[in-house]
Amino acid sequence: MTTFLKEVNDRMGGVPIQNCYHCRKCTAGCPVAFAMDYNPNAVIKMIQMGQRDEVLKSSTIWLCASCETCVTRCPNDVDIARMMDVLREMAIEEQVAPREKNVLKFHEAFLSNIKLGGRINEPLMIALYKLKSGDYFSDLGMGLSMFLKGKIKPVSPRTRDMKSVRQIFKSTKK
Amino acid sequence: MKVSYYPGCSLHATGREYDESVKAVSGALGIELDELDDWSCCGASSAHMTNFKLSVALPARDIIAAEKRGLDVMVPCAACFNRFKSAQHHLKTNDELRGEIEEMIGASYEGTLNVRNPIDIIYTDIGRDRLRSLVTKKLEGLKPVSYYGCLLLRPPEVCGFDDYENPIMLDGLMDSLGAESRPWSYKTDCCGGSLTLGKTEIVVRLVDKLMTMAREAGANCLVTACPVCFANLDTRASKDTVIPAFYFTELIALALGLEGTDSWFRRHNVDPRPLLQSVGLL
Repeated sequence: MTTFLKEVNDRMGGVPIQNCYHCRKCTAGCPVAFAMDYNPNAVIKMIQMGQRDEVLKSSTIWLCASCETCVTRCPNDVDIARMMDVLREMAIEEQVAPREKNVLKFHEAFLSNIKLGGRINEPLMIALYKLKSGDYFSDLGMGLSMFLKGKIKPVSPRTRDMKSVRQIFKSTKK
Repeated sequence: MKVSYYPGCSLHATGREYDESVKAVSGALGIELDELDDWSCCGASSAHMTNFKLSVALPARDIIAAEKRGLDVMVPCAACFNRFKSAQHHLKTNDELRGEIEEMIGASYEGTLNVRNPIDIIYTDIGRDRLRSLVTKKLEGLKPVSYYGCLLLRPPEVCGFDDYENPIMLDGLMDSLGAESRPWSYKTDCCGGSLTLGKTEIVVRLVDKLMTMAREAGANCLVTACPVCFANLDTRASKDTVIPAFYFTELIALALGLEGTDSWFRRHNVDPRPLLQSVGLL
């Protein structure tokens, strides 16, 4: 039987995460650890213990900002940032309700905007995010001020060869 | 020198001042920019956080197009720079993935492209002596802290420029302009990046800490090369901690007496003009 640990290691395809000896350098340097339900090194231990549900339902995997401080400083080269990417992918594939819903909604809005025009149009991306998240009112004043200053424009150039962009989305769809 | 230019999405929107100041500074320093034709988005954090293959394939489309031109590509946005470098790393080390992506895009990946950030091009190729010789208005009284953030430097074996714990190129450039860059320990700390919409309160906390530490270091502004960092510094700091932020190219343009600076500064959320007036630079 495949263990959770093996699954994560296979997907990561680098240094096995059990090389971690829990020096906690990752957690000490993590800028977002204060807001996470489990510290980054604890997630490694939980994977080893087979605590699949707890890990995939954790806030940690969604709050990781991918700053890569952890992997840069890890004495054993465990790629914790990549591990978080893998855990998010698994949570999405298994349709686990994300603990931090709006973080995933943001990523969905961002990627669907690329799929539409090949490039991000910021007002459209933010509108897509607001529709998905239901968070209609935050930052409205800021958005208006940026619009008045000419920082954001309602229309921006798209990629012409959208066929190639759509092909990429189609071929990488899971 | 001539390079291909990949602005990326931010530089055509909220990062307009970065695009316009990179172009102005490049012109003055004799760097000819040739924008990559019909480029598409690099996928940024959202692609690699949710779909690994997509996160390599999106920049690969642009990288393959740039390879055909035989020029280095300048990528000013730290996020795009990181995604380009990371895609190159995976295409180089994973043959199976490379095959799949070449088939998807319908062209082969050669691995010949040099992806470069303007900090590196100006520091290494143009040089600080040349920069200093072109200064018409020394930035005396300006005390910036250099803020690199994450994506230009980490992971170091992928990004491959400047020191990843204590980078010094931006400080060197600022000092060449006559500014007095202040040492601090937060050069490479994270601003919270793409959490800015989904988890705003985390970004506010991280940015407030950066602002507080910058003040403690004796700085009166921050200088950055990342449109995500800039947007967070410029819009998320609490009123009692905030000091202005600049793109490093805006400050080069100011010191070189180039056109356009006023129109860029006007668009900042935190107006830097009172600071510049107070030290006699406007």
